[in-house]
Amino acid sequence: MENIVKNNIRFILMCFVLSFSSLTFAQMKLNGAGATFPYVIYSKWFDVYHQKTGVQFNYQSIGSGGGIKQVIEGTVDFGASDAPMSNDQINQVKNKQGSDILHIPTVMGAVVVTYNLPQIKNNLKLTAEVLSGIYLGQITKWNDSRITSINPGTNLPNKAIFVAHRSDGSGTTNIFSGYLSKVSDAWKSKVGQGTSVNWPAGLGGKGNEGVAGLIKQTEGSIGYVELAYAVQNKLPYATLKNKAGSFVEPTFDNVSAAASGYIKNMPDDLRVEITNADGKNSYPICGFTWLLITKNMKDKNKAKAIVDFLKWSMSEGQKYAKDLYYAPLPKEVVMLVEKKISTIALK
Amino acid sequence: MISSTEEEIPNITSDAAKSSSLSGLLKPGGKNLGDFIFENTTRLFAFLVLSLVLLMAYEMFTKSLPSINRFGWSFISSSTWDPVHDQFGALPFIFGTLFSSLIGLMIALPLSVGIAIFLSELCPQWLEHPVSLLVELLAAIPSIVYGLFGIFVMTPWLRDTVEPFLGDHLGFIPLFTGPPYGFGMLAAGLILSLMILPIIASISRDVMKAIPGSLREAAFALGATKWEAIKIVLSGSKSGILGATLLGLGRAVGETMAVTMVIGNRPSISFSLFDPGHTMASVLANEFTEATSELYTSSLIEIALLLFILTIVLNAAARFIVWSVTKKYQAEY
Repeated sequence: MENIVKNNIRFILMCFVLSFSSLTFAQMKLNGAGATFPYVIYSKWFDVYHQKTGVQFNYQSIGSGGGIKQVIEGTVDFGASDAPMSNDQINQVKNKQGSDILHIPTVMGAVVVTYNLPQIKNNLKLTAEVLSGIYLGQITKWNDSRITSINPGTNLPNKAIFVAHRSDGSGTTNIFSGYLSKVSDAWKSKVGQGTSVNWPAGLGGKGNEGVAGLIKQTEGSIGYVELAYAVQNKLPYATLKNKAGSFVEPTFDNVSAAASGYIKNMPDDLRVEITNADGKNSYPICGFTWLLITKNMKDKNKAKAIVDFLKWSMSEGQKYAKDLYYAPLPKEVVMLVEKKISTIALK
Repeated sequence: MISSTEEEIPNITSDAAKSSSLSGLLKPGGKNLGDFIFENTTRLFAFLVLSLVLLMAYEMFTKSLPSINRFGWSFISSSTWDPVHDQFGALPFIFGTLFSSLIGLMIALPLSVGIAIFLSELCPQWLEHPVSLLVELLAAIPSIVYGLFGIFVMTPWLRDTVEPFLGDHLGFIPLFTGPPYGFGMLAAGLILSLMILPIIASISRDVMKAIPGSLREAAFALGATKWEAIKIVLSGSKSGILGATLLGLGRAVGETMAVTMVIGNRPSISFSLFDPGHTMASVLANEFTEATSELYTSSLIEIALLLFILTIVLNAAARFIVWSVTKKYQAEY
C-alpha cells in the first residue's frame, strides 16, 4: 500500500518536472492575425506543432484586410491573407518595418457555384460567359437559350434566376470577382475585383451560411460559397467549363490541378491568382491562401521558429488538408514554396 | 428618455417636489468631507460618460476626414457604393435605415399601444402579470435569434403567402410592386417591429398605470363609457407613449444583426416593400473587417459618424417633443 502511494507521488512529481521542462521550451510564442478562411487548418497545425515542439502560436482570425493592416503596423509576427498584398501595401511595409514581405502559400481553397433547382440535382453545367451573364443581370431566366444549349436534355424551368452573393467583405468574393474579371471584359470594366464589389444584380447574405440560407430558401436561386462549406453541407454544385474546354467538378484534386496548371506562369514572389488556369482537370475558380512573413525579422529566434514551422507545414502539415476540406498544394508548388522559405534571413 | 417618461405625470411631480423640499429641510447646513468626496466622485462618473461620448465623436470625425475631404456633401447624396473603384455614397444606407425603422414603427406602435391599454385598463388582475412578463421577455431575446426566425420562418411565409397576396390585390400602389423575394424591406420592418414592440408596450403600460385612478373614477362618475375613460387616460399619457416610441425608434435605427439577415443587403433606393435594401448598421457589420484601402475604411467610419449623429438627433427630437407636449398638457390642466 505504502509503496503504491510512494509510486504515485513519484509519478506526480515526475509529471510536474516534465511539464515544467516543456514549459521552459514553450518560451517561444508567435503572434499572428488575418484570414478567417484557413483558420480551421491553421488552428489544427498550430495545435499539432505546439504538442510536437512546444512553440506556441496565437492566431486571431480577424479577416485578411485586418491581417494586412497589422503586418504593415508590425504588431504581429506573421499575417495571413486570402488575397495577395498590393504593391503599395508591400512598399508600406518596407517603409515602416524596413523589410520585404514574403507570400507563402499554405493550402488552397475553391469557390463553388451552388443553386436551388429541384429538377436538377448535381449536374448543372455552366460556362464563364453564362456565369458572368447571370451575375451581370443579363441572363435572367433559367430557360435562357445560353443556359439550355450547354445543358442538353435537362428540363430547365421558365423561372427567374435569383442571384445571391456575399454581403460581407470576403476572400471568397475576391476570388469569385477576380475570376469573372478574367473571363469577362464587361465584368472587368463595370464591376471589377475586390473583397466587396458593387453588385449589378442579386441579394447579399452575410457569410457562407447567409448565402446558403438565401439559396435554400429560394427556388431558382444561384450563388457561390467556399468549397469546404459546400462539401460539409452537401450543397449541389455546378460543373464549370475550364480554359481547356472541359467541364470539371470542384474536387480537391481538380483544385490542386489548377495550381499545377499555373506552374509555368508562377511569378517569383508567388503572389498570383490562379483562377482560370490551364490544364484539362483544372477547376477554374480557386486560389491560394498565404501566410505573410517578414523576410528580415528583427528577432532571429522567431525567424528560426517560423522557418521550421513553415517547413513542417509543407511536408507533414499538408496531410491534414483534405480531412479539413482544404485542397493541398501540388508537389511542384511545394518545391517552389520551400525554395522561398529558404530565403528568409536567419542571421 | 426613461426619466422623461416619469417626469410628465403631473401628480407625481408635485409629490416629488414636496419630498425634495422636505429633504432640503433635513439637510445639515455645512458641508462635511464625506459629502464632498461623494459628490465629486459621482460627478466624475457622470463626466466620464460625457467625455466618452465626446471622445467617440472626435475619433470618428478625425478617422473619417479622408472621406469627408474627398466626397464632401456628395457622400450623403450619392447612391453609388463601389469599393473596387473607391466611389462611396451613403444615401442608400441612410434611406434603408430610416425606411425600415419607419415600417417597423408603423407596425409596432398600434400593436403596443393596444397591448398597453389592455394591460393597464382592461385586463383582469390575475392575467396582467404573466402577460406583461411575456411581453418584457420579448425584449430579452438576442437579435441573432430574431434574425434566424426571420430567415427560416418569416421570409418563406412572406415570399409564398403575404407578398404574392399583397402584389395581386394592392399591386397598383408602388409600395407593393416587384418580385416577391421574401427578403427585403418588409421582412426587415416586421422583424424590427417585433424587436421594438416590448419596449414601447411596457413603457406605455407603466405610463398609463401612473395616471392616477381618480381621473378614471371621475370620468366614470360623470357617466363616461370605458372607451371614453381610456381616451382620457390616453391623452394624459400621450407624451410618455411618444417618448417610448422614440426610444423604440432608437433601437430600430441601431439594430444590426437581425436586419442584415433578412433585408437582402443591396444598396439601392426603392419605395417598394418587396425590394431589398441595406442599412447603415448592417453595412458596417458586413464590410468593416475586410476594408483595406484607407478611403474605404474612412468612408465606413463616416457612415458610423452619420449613424451617431442620426441617433443623437432622434433622441434630441424625442426629448423636445416630450418636453413640449408635457408643457402643453400642464398648461391645460
